[in-house]
Amino acid sequence: MTTLTDASAPVHTSGAGETPRRRTVHLAKYLGLTPFAVYVILFLAIPTTLAVVTGFFTEDGAFTLDNIAGIFAPNVLATFGSSFWVSAVTAIVGAIVGALVCYALLGTKAEGTLRTVIDSLSSVFAQFGGVMLAFAFIATIGNQGLITVFLRGIGIDLFANGPWLYQVPGLLPVYIYFQVPLMIITFMPALQGLKVQWAEANATLGGNRFTYWTRIAIPVLAPSFIGSLLLLFANAFSSYATAAALISQGSQIVPLQIRSALVSETVLGRENMAGALALGMIVVMVIVMWGYSVLQGRTSRWQR
Amino acid sequence: MKLGTEPSAVTRWIILGVVGIIFAIPIVALIQFSFRDGLGGGYTLDHWTGLFGEGAARTYRGLFQAVGNSVLLAVVTVAIVLVVLLPTMILVHIQFPKLKRVLEFICIVPITVPAIVLVVGLAPVYSVVVKIFGSGVWTLAFAYGITVLPYAYRAIQANLEAVPVVTLSEAARSLGANWATVLWRVLLPILRRGVLAAAFISVAVVLGEFTIASLLNRVNLQTALLQVGQSDPWVAAIFALLALTFAFVLLLLIGRLARNRNNS
Repeated sequence: MTTLTDASAPVHTSGAGETPRRRTVHLAKYLGLTPFAVYVILFLAIPTTLAVVTGFFTEDGAFTLDNIAGIFAPNVLATFGSSFWVSAVTAIVGAIVGALVCYALLGTKAEGTLRTVIDSLSSVFAQFGGVMLAFAFIATIGNQGLITVFLRGIGIDLFANGPWLYQVPGLLPVYIYFQVPLMIITFMPALQGLKVQWAEANATLGGNRFTYWTRIAIPVLAPSFIGSLLLLFANAFSSYATAAALISQGSQIVPLQIRSALVSETVLGRENMAGALALGMIVVMVIVMWGYSVLQGRTSRWQR
Repeated sequence: MKLGTEPSAVTRWIILGVVGIIFAIPIVALIQFSFRDGLGGGYTLDHWTGLFGEGAARTYRGLFQAVGNSVLLAVVTVAIVLVVLLPTMILVHIQFPKLKRVLEFICIVPITVPAIVLVVGLAPVYSVVVKIFGSGVWTLAFAYGITVLPYAYRAIQANLEAVPVVTLSEAARSLGANWATVLWRVLLPILRRGVLAAAFISVAVVLGEFTIASLLNRVNLQTALLQVGQSDPWVAAIFALLALTFAFVLLLLIGRLARNRNNS
């Protein structure tokens, strides 16, 4: 039975009163955590730290603020500006369309075929599309795309203003294509959490459909909606694959600027510039994700 | 049910119909593109049949090699999830409930530290990894294990919280089972669905990964697709379709696993 006690021993039993054997068993239990701890330190903590601090050093390892100052150079600031702009536009459009779809799905069976298929499709497009979605859009609105050719047939030239699909504006449709599914995945649980009793109370008190949505549902859903909006922003802001597949050269948004800093072999010290850019990105990500988790916390209060 | 909370059937199908059609267009275009005969118009099956015909193995050697790389990476990544993450989650759940928050935090961090940031710090780490393990493509799985952490964690955690893990393992221990037996014959069977879901989603993530492989100059399915897309866009389109379909099937299976859990 001693083994059983060991197995279920609460964490706080460590102390002066323990026998040596018990202490060894206790240590052994912590030993079980080391593989994961070592792994996470090597491949998450160290890379993240390196990514953030290399910006403060020169190629030779001397401390410098030049790279950080480099973030505030007009052309880099403009890149951050484009990233913000693309992320904000696609997050807002994605959030609104996604929320509409969630609304349309209200009242369908969560485990029915319709919802299972939409959930799975959403996950695929939201999380694993990347390069492949870029292909799909080239096949749709590229130079010889299905829609381009069709529109050309009726006298509309999609590319009258230049090859915009392969520039920053071209990111918008593709990003929206993965933002809407992400919104469906993240916002559906909140909509699902609206309680029937609230609607009943609204009806009993003489309210109608309009008062239910304006006085109850929308105020209750607001934090979750804005939280999801922030998540979508972060998602677009940090996404790289689609942009890299569409825009083969140049550094129009921050992830692409990191690419050119990483792969350029001609300019020395560019890797440290990549560090500075990574730092700038992480600052934005931390602020946005912090906002997201605060708003999620507010939502989960009434969701359970 | 006439409380005004749900959309009417007409509203529902208008919304789903319009959004559905708009979202179907790029996929339809991709399918149509894979049947196109050059730039001249007209359709052909050649791009599809060419993949399975004679000489395909030579023509598309690079692409098949890349698929092989991605499959290998998926296997090693799943192994990392099973060998490193899963035992740790069980251990924390049973022995260190106070560390649950810490573990959750660690596993969610990769969402805030996106791949494009991580890769900046991974470059120097990998110059060491190459010295120890060689430059085999499988080493990339170390990074992918981190990338899949949030997804795998959520899948396993949902299962872990739904079953009485502590009670069952104590019962087994009191009947004289050692820890290995408990893990293998008690915990793994009841956590089967969560573990499978974690494995499937990890496979889907790895098959779709581009950022890290591309910037560390390794070849996987996605980097090869981008390269092939420049010379033979039709084959790239076919592989993209196949990969998307495969990911979709994997996720449908995950959905089915979750549904069975709720029913049982």
